[in-house]
Amino acid sequence: MSVAQPQQPMGSALNPVGEHLRVVPRRSSVVSRFADFSFQGLVWLSAACVLAIVAFILMQLIKGSSLSLHQFGWKFFTGSDWDPVNGNFGSVPFVYGTLVSSLVALVIAVPLSLGVAIFITEMCPRSLRGILSYLTELLAAIPSVIYGMWAIFVLIPLLRRYIGPALAKTFGWTGLFTGPIYGGGMLTAGIILAIMLVPIISSITREVLTAVPHQQREAALALGATRWEMIRVGVLRNARAGIFGAIILGLGRALGETMAVTMVIGNRPKITKSLFAPAYTMASVIANEFSEATDDLYLSSLIEIGLALFIVTIIVNILAQFLIWSVTRGTPRRANV
Amino acid sequence: MGVGIKVENLNAWFGKHQALHGINMDILPNHATAIIGPSGCGKSTFVRCLNRMHETNPDARAEGKVQVKDMNIYGEGVAPVDVRRRIGMVFQKPNPFPSMSIYDNVAAGLKLNGFRNRKKLDEIVEKSLRSSALWDEVKDDLKKKSGASLSGGQQQRLCIARALAVEPDVLLMDEPASALDPISTSKIEDLIFELKENYTVVIVTHNMQQAARVAEFTAFFLLGKLIEFDKTEKIFTTPTDKRTEDYITGRFG
Amino acid sequence: MSEATPQIQWHRRVADKLATALAVICVLLVILPLAAVFIYLVIRGVGSLNLAFFTHIPSGSPGEPGGGMANAIIGSVVILLIGSVIGVPLGVGSGIYLSEYSRGQFGKVVRFTADVLNGVPSIVIGIAVYGLLVLRQKHFSALAGGVALGIMMIPTITRSTEEMLRLVPNSIREAALGLGIPQWRSTLSITLRTAMSGVITGVMLAFARVSGETAPLLFTALGNSYWSTKLNQPIAALPLQIYVYALSPYDEWHRLAWAGALVLIVIIVATSASVRWVASRGFAGGAQ
Repeated sequence: MSVAQPQQPMGSALNPVGEHLRVVPRRSSVVSRFADFSFQGLVWLSAACVLAIVAFILMQLIKGSSLSLHQFGWKFFTGSDWDPVNGNFGSVPFVYGTLVSSLVALVIAVPLSLGVAIFITEMCPRSLRGILSYLTELLAAIPSVIYGMWAIFVLIPLLRRYIGPALAKTFGWTGLFTGPIYGGGMLTAGIILAIMLVPIISSITREVLTAVPHQQREAALALGATRWEMIRVGVLRNARAGIFGAIILGLGRALGETMAVTMVIGNRPKITKSLFAPAYTMASVIANEFSEATDDLYLSSLIEIGLALFIVTIIVNILAQFLIWSVTRGTPRRANV
Repeated sequence: MGVGIKVENLNAWFGKHQALHGINMDILPNHATAIIGPSGCGKSTFVRCLNRMHETNPDARAEGKVQVKDMNIYGEGVAPVDVRRRIGMVFQKPNPFPSMSIYDNVAAGLKLNGFRNRKKLDEIVEKSLRSSALWDEVKDDLKKKSGASLSGGQQQRLCIARALAVEPDVLLMDEPASALDPISTSKIEDLIFELKENYTVVIVTHNMQQAARVAEFTAFFLLGKLIEFDKTEKIFTTPTDKRTEDYITGRFG
Repeated sequence: MSEATPQIQWHRRVADKLATALAVICVLLVILPLAAVFIYLVIRGVGSLNLAFFTHIPSGSPGEPGGGMANAIIGSVVILLIGSVIGVPLGVGSGIYLSEYSRGQFGKVVRFTADVLNGVPSIVIGIAVYGLLVLRQKHFSALAGGVALGIMMIPTITRSTEEMLRLVPNSIREAALGLGIPQWRSTLSITLRTAMSGVITGVMLAFARVSGETAPLLFTALGNSYWSTKLNQPIAALPLQIYVYALSPYDEWHRLAWAGALVLIVIIVATSASVRWVASRGFAGGAQ
């Protein structure tokens, strides 16, 4: 290969040092390398803190519940007797209350959230879109304790006077709506939880629906589908996994929700079929009894409930993240300009 | 005054792919040298190796000797940061810092390297903006307007001023006019002509007319190799290598 | 040729209309409780708000008229400050790590763990902090409450900081490197500054989210009926006080609870509204 070199020799062209003013201070490269190294170390440390915190929470829970773990073993999750006086602890009523209240919440919240998400992404005029999504986000911003208070003073009287009797009359035969209507109970907790879940489920569903490629919609419309058919075939079918993920994420939130539920569920550790009856959840029993737990075994049992809650919500969240990711992974992250 | 660059056996890789093969080149001080070649020939990689920007890509590395004045920039113990302060770079797309005013954009390289003398800073900002032929257009709202509010051509001249403010010995330009309109392009070309008086300029371009207009020397790259390097006039009229001739006459690339 | 124009069958059209109608009903059903909560809150809250609410501490005996939540407001401020001092640097720092430095597995693990932490029930975080601080110091404290809230802020801030930094074009980072600016300096003064409005948005959202948190304070800050700003003593907090008063049998305390709830929601809505304002200013936000 012929590489023609220019004629002028290199050496003579080199300038003597310092011909023009050097304004940039020449810090030694050691100093600048040390600064870079320390900064990187610092942000690495913050990131490591995130891991450390989760590990630490798990450790604290295991340590705190060791007494109860040893004393009861698996019986803790099969026994239904919660008797602090005689030192006998079984968590079944709380697990039941947590699961059923979350289930009731999902039954109410899922259709509503999907409706809202579909309306906002696919049907609503552009001008309304911003306002509606802001309003649903506002729902998420209201603190749990305010929902609880609102439920005590507004929802419970309504339930006792109108909704409860109506439900008993029409659906009494199912056995779910029988017995005295105290107002507070499983149903109330489910309703208030549902209101709190809607913004979470609908905002993630919206995200998932938006991630469905536009061609899918156009393909359906080009075949002469109506708007609803386009949504059903072109959008929902492609977003199924993600929507499922949104629901699971909502479930995770419902399982751990504490204040609003504690304020309205009635706090009685009994398993009853009727949704009117008072019940108790895992989070509420911790909230109510933790600072009053006098002996070590009592406290340890409460922490074990916390441990169970922690593990279950983590599994549920991981599942949800995976499902959501499976739909939205195609969307680009870094803008390369 | 600019300084020369002596490149000896420079190799560069992206992961396992070798992007540059044993480049040897003597770049003369106070001249403009154009790097031409078809896309993917390694011309951008080459100039990015001249101030150690290449290695900022993940998995990228470079080896060889690049002598700038008294320093081999790939020598042991040489910090890339110091290299880049002495060898400025202007990128393909204008990239002013959007969160900073025009003044702060120009002063960024000095301020963020610890330079605090405000009076001196004012002087340097003005001098740099004058050198990049932008002063008259922006002098009234130096601190009022954001760098991003300028037009594309002005932004690129702002980026040149920003690079000049740290008073480098060499100015590398990676297709500095490819994202600009013809009028802005001609302004940048005029500017390069003036900059040669004080700086050594290396400019990557895919536009052969541009190379012919602004550069005394031209290097032709193909597939990561330096095919031919000579006076611009010679490259464009009587190239030695058949491949250079093919490229110049438009037979490929 | 027949006259048959392509007619959509009637049942398909009905289904289309029905679906739209159902979606609208869903929206109305969701807006309804929101409106109900806000209207009720404003009516009950405004009627109960007075100057004493902001200047007095709770009256001596339960249910007695008068008194206010001054101590709870100050207490919330103290706890939230502690929370921010812990949560903001750690959150922003790990966000910077994820966006600017992480290559490979560790970053993925951290990102995933942040999402996990975000899903951990707040009451469980309360238990962990109880074990860390309250049990060791042998008493409930403002510090413990602040730590719990700080932990809750971290994942939100981490992820939003990361996303916002990723929106900064790479060309900006290259420009900074090309000027010979050290990476730490360019990350702080250029990349982070460019993304500043987005990062602030994330911080404020996290702040709004934890400012109403009650569960993690139950057995960390505990609450206090008296003046206290000592970090090693139990401290009052607005949400805690609302909780206690709402569950009490006294009308006078209910009144105070509504007033407290109104104040809390105004703080939160104001924060989230200013978030929208900051976000809408976008990248030009830092320009002079």
